[in-house]
Amino acid sequence: MKQMNHDEAKRICDRVLGFSRADECRVSIAGSRKGNIRYAQNSVSTAGLTENTQLTVSVAFGKRQGTTSINEFDDKSLERAVRRAEEIARLAPENPQFMPAIGKQAFKPSNTFTAATAAIDPEYRAEVASHSILAGRKNKLVTAGFFVDTTGFQAIANSNGLFGFQEFTDLDFTVTARTEDGRGSGWVTRSAGDVRKFDAREASEVAIEKALRSVDARALEPGRYTVILEPAATSELIGRMFGSFDARRADEGRSFLSKKGGGNRLGEKLFDEQVNIWADPWDKDVPVLPWDAGSMMARERTDVVRKGKIVSLDYSQYWAQKQGVKPTARHGNMIMSGGSKSLEELVASTKKGVIVTRTWYIREVDPQSLLLTGLTRDGTFYVENGKIKHPIKNFRFNESPVSMLNNVEEMGRPQIIGGDEVQYSMLIPPMKLRDFNFTSLSDAV
Amino acid sequence: MERRTFLRIGGGAAGAMLVPVFGNAIAAEELLNPVALPFKKALADAGLNAATKAGASYCDVRIGRYLNQFITTRDLNVENVVNTESYGVGVRVIANGAYGFASTNDVSPDGVAGAARQAVAIARANAKLQTEPLQMAPVKGVGEVSWATPMTRDWRTVPVKDKADMLVAASKAGLDAGATFMTANLFQVNQQKYFASTDGSYIDQDIHRLWAPVTATAVDKANNRFRTCNSMAAPVGMGFEYFDARAADKVRAAGGVATLYTRSTDLAEDARAAGRGAKMKLTAKSVEPGKYDLVLSPEHLFLTIHESVGHPTELDRVLGYEANYAGTSFATLDKWQTKKFKFGSDRVNFIADKTTPGSLGAVAFDDEGVRCKRWDIIRDGVLVNYQATRDQAHVIGEKESHGCSYADSWNSVQFQRMPNVSLAAGKDKLTPDEMIADVKKGIYILGRGSYSIDQQRYNFQFGGQLYFEIKNGKIVGPLEDVAYQSNTQEFWNACSAICDQRDWRMGGSFFDGKGQPSQVSAVSHGSATTRFNGINVINTARKIG
Repeated sequence: MKQMNHDEAKRICDRVLGFSRADECRVSIAGSRKGNIRYAQNSVSTAGLTENTQLTVSVAFGKRQGTTSINEFDDKSLERAVRRAEEIARLAPENPQFMPAIGKQAFKPSNTFTAATAAIDPEYRAEVASHSILAGRKNKLVTAGFFVDTTGFQAIANSNGLFGFQEFTDLDFTVTARTEDGRGSGWVTRSAGDVRKFDAREASEVAIEKALRSVDARALEPGRYTVILEPAATSELIGRMFGSFDARRADEGRSFLSKKGGGNRLGEKLFDEQVNIWADPWDKDVPVLPWDAGSMMARERTDVVRKGKIVSLDYSQYWAQKQGVKPTARHGNMIMSGGSKSLEELVASTKKGVIVTRTWYIREVDPQSLLLTGLTRDGTFYVENGKIKHPIKNFRFNESPVSMLNNVEEMGRPQIIGGDEVQYSMLIPPMKLRDFNFTSLSDAV
Repeated sequence: MERRTFLRIGGGAAGAMLVPVFGNAIAAEELLNPVALPFKKALADAGLNAATKAGASYCDVRIGRYLNQFITTRDLNVENVVNTESYGVGVRVIANGAYGFASTNDVSPDGVAGAARQAVAIARANAKLQTEPLQMAPVKGVGEVSWATPMTRDWRTVPVKDKADMLVAASKAGLDAGATFMTANLFQVNQQKYFASTDGSYIDQDIHRLWAPVTATAVDKANNRFRTCNSMAAPVGMGFEYFDARAADKVRAAGGVATLYTRSTDLAEDARAAGRGAKMKLTAKSVEPGKYDLVLSPEHLFLTIHESVGHPTELDRVLGYEANYAGTSFATLDKWQTKKFKFGSDRVNFIADKTTPGSLGAVAFDDEGVRCKRWDIIRDGVLVNYQATRDQAHVIGEKESHGCSYADSWNSVQFQRMPNVSLAAGKDKLTPDEMIADVKKGIYILGRGSYSIDQQRYNFQFGGQLYFEIKNGKIVGPLEDVAYQSNTQEFWNACSAICDQRDWRMGGSFFDGKGQPSQVSAVSHGSATTRFNGINVINTARKIG
């Protein structure tokens, strides 16, 4: 199905709402066209285009709710979807924590759509792949990569008169370059909403240079080191922490933000003063839709951490009502202030330290302290007296993002991070951190 | 690797609109009517003929109807019931020596033919950057055949209310046993898959899987502590009879510290144990780091097997096709070629098997029409084989595929995925209690916890759900803050004892992720309780500001 425009989406939402006999009805339509190209061993392995548009309808009779979805948009199908949702709602037990649909919202548009990105075609994708494949062959490296571009739209509506429609585009690119003998590996990631800000050749060169420089890595004893973490290396660590900013979990005593004796740690200083983090759907670099599709509430620019202090938590409608506070929309992006220095300048000011390109297989070990484990990968280097001395073997770490953000020495220029390993669009700086806890060595290259 | 994104099934009003990744909704009673076989054959023929006419040297057509239901409860409330259906066709071709793939939800002869022609065009474009033409191991067509997951009680016929009541009753049992909070999910999957190829196969398969994970959380607000504990019962490839608890299917853990399950489970009992476990963990002794002999129950060991044996012996990883994301493998071809590479101690035998009854990966044919089978991967500790698809078999000198091809949807391209990979039971009679009687300083670990392994599958760290200290042959009490770190080869070479067949059972991974774009698959891993000597254990307790 082709991309719907505002009027088409509104007409379909109105039809669905009109079919409903329930006490209330909520509708969302999400459509996207995703083009991708995947390559490995310096050769394209798969390329594809996926198009889908899905309508989800949720109805409620009192506190009984049912949800269905379809991808057909004729009147008969739309009505059938509503009737099925009503059937499920009648079968479902009452949910005492059910919250009624919210009222009309004012959605201020954000700049999420770029025509140039929407115009990406198979030739462009092949050209992206060819940059690293050809440069890889020239440098006697083996490249593997993935490029995916998305053009989509989202519409939301409910029986209280709420309606929103907006289009979006984005792209993500990752490349791994490995030496033919498997002794060196480099990686890069790039994300953008506007393809004119994306340079596949530049990105490929970064991965290639890292692969060539990472050969013959030496072992460094595990322990606590000053680290320079590239933005991609911290994105998942920090992203997981923001997944734990839920007020209910904190109030119920099952979060790192729970307070001894009850309540939460809102207003407490938990991080270094240099740490400032906020969400802003209208940010020029990482714009996101001005609503949260789950709650249908309008997003707002929201400070999350200011000068190291927790200044907001996420309140669902249910928990906000219970606590007598305003509910919050789920954030779509996370923006962290940084400095003006480049990665090279952060290296130049480092006496002894470790540069980490990428982290891998991060999992939560202890939700109480947010202790995470994972490994470094595809470009780990030792720094001495302001210079990269030599590549080093990869480490496993056991570290909490809460401790990390308490140990900030310096931050560089923020960079856009997206892709399917992080739950937010992010703008985060490279960071120099003290005492990062590497617990064992890995022989993996 | 398991990917958290597929677990965001979430319930409640806030999440009610977030129907997850599995497709479009349909009323449960409609799911019982399969699409007529003659219609599917005609559709498939339209695709095969169109691809051949457009110049494909090979074509396969997969018609998929994926029917799922998810139920989520939180404490004593049902948060969400979601029924989904996804229906469409994927066409894969080889043209000019390269693959092309296209899919469509236009389930008509014209729609499938159009996808076939598009797949051929994509193959031709891909061929320009191809270094050498694909080589496919031969497959003899099997004509028209059918297979279905053996079961006696179809989940689709069980009323939603009964299922919701079962989850709520389990949560109540957990709360009564000491949990402060309980969550329960019921994942029910039906894949109706039809495969046809230019080799002359028309294969119809009806596959069912179930999982009911329950999590208990205990909170001590006065001390600002909380702990969680998950239920132990495994996900399975069988019908709803799995929840009809039978006494014969219960297994007593060593020292009687838990009741465990084989071919059926008692969900309420399992949830009650989780509630008790969460409360127990609040006051359990924090582990002293150091070297321990680890006694690992199958409910825990399956995930270590999955990560340290299942993934590194995937041939596509060995060859570099996952280098950009899931990674490569330490188990390289040169190691296999020596026929001497000691992956583990002499008693370690790993078998790949996509035919094990009740397992998550059980099917009769894979997604390129290859009949599934059983073969050795590690024999007497030595790496002897990998997991291969048709286009990989020649690399390891085999004349036929292992049948390891899988796609998670009609609109996903099939590629190499792990079969059920299991550790064979020990040859000598040995019970878990007898195994523990032999341990001076050890830890008994049950259940899956945190898990992480590097991109070549050497260095790993695993936690569990329940830990018990073993001193001088006896379980002396619960432990907390335990994780063990090792290197895959060192770990499997430290395997010092395996209980016998009486203790053998399967665990499973329901949402195993791999590939770009990422796809999920489900596999089981069997073992008996197994001991590993002298493994490094760390203490994971931390204080934050």
